Amino acid sequence: MTAKISYDDVEVGTELPAQTFPVTRATLVQYAGASGDFNPIHWNEKFALEVGLPDVIAHGMFTMAEAIRVVTDWAGDPGAVVEYGVRFTKPVVVPNDDKGATIDVSAKVAAKLDDRQVRVDLLAKSGDQKVLGMSRAVVRLA
Amino acid sequence: MALDQSFVGRSYPPTDPYEVGREKIREFAEAVGDANPAYTDSEAAKALGHPDVIAPPTFVFAITFKAAGQVIQDPQLGLDYSRVVHGDQKFAYTRPVHAGDRLTVTSTIEAVKSLAGNDILDVRGDVHDAAGEHVVTAWTKLVARAAEPAAEEA
Repeated sequence: MTAKISYDDVEVGTELPAQTFPVTRATLVQYAGASGDFNPIHWNEKFALEVGLPDVIAHGMFTMAEAIRVVTDWAGDPGAVVEYGVRFTKPVVVPNDDKGATIDVSAKVAAKLDDRQVRVDLLAKSGDQKVLGMSRAVVRLA
Repeated sequence: MALDQSFVGRSYPPTDPYEVGREKIREFAEAVGDANPAYTDSEAAKALGHPDVIAPPTFVFAITFKAAGQVIQDPQLGLDYSRVVHGDQKFAYTRPVHAGDRLTVTSTIEAVKSLAGNDILDVRGDVHDAAGEHVVTAWTKLVARAAEPAAEEA
């Protein structure tokens, strides 16, 4: 494990570079295939409406995969992630147009732990909705 | 319908090994739009100290969730899967998953609760490699929403 960020260079409150991730219906179909999650709420509008959703929604695990990129891009080595957990609070609603939706992710160092590890708290929003809660990663830095 | 409390603590037999393929990792990384070379270039992964390309942190969910299927679909448990949503997800890694791993999953029911008519199920999946070494543990919270009248949505 070879993180490019040194533990000594970060403080509580250090912000990681924020990122915005686009998601369209095509993204969801591709993710369904890659992950094996073919639940129709992620690609079939008629089905989604029938089960009481506002529209097709993104896979929670897709949002989780995007959010950690803020941490792995910062740390350099994705293998530096020791723990990662989220709560799915609101769905990412993906309309059937060429723009789709966006997932905006920001993160900051919330605690410095033993063994050159830090806890990073993540904030993921789509529009003005917070889509992940209790979203935290523990990362081992250099 | 309340879930059967006697299922708490129950473990299911380990799954048959899942062999992690280099191209499956690439397919997953492309699907989440992640160009980190550690996922696709074995030399880049080796430069970071890994034996081969590694998988993105959430890749293993596809394996643990499939394993959890034997819990979720256990008719004796009585979970209404048509009303299930994913509540929480957490991973704790001993090391990253890499291409060539042969992974088995042992699923354990950690908690069964009913809250405001919702059935809540916590499943832990312990993932081990062919040598029996721990790789990652995944905790998945599933919530079966209470059946509610359709009029309430309006």
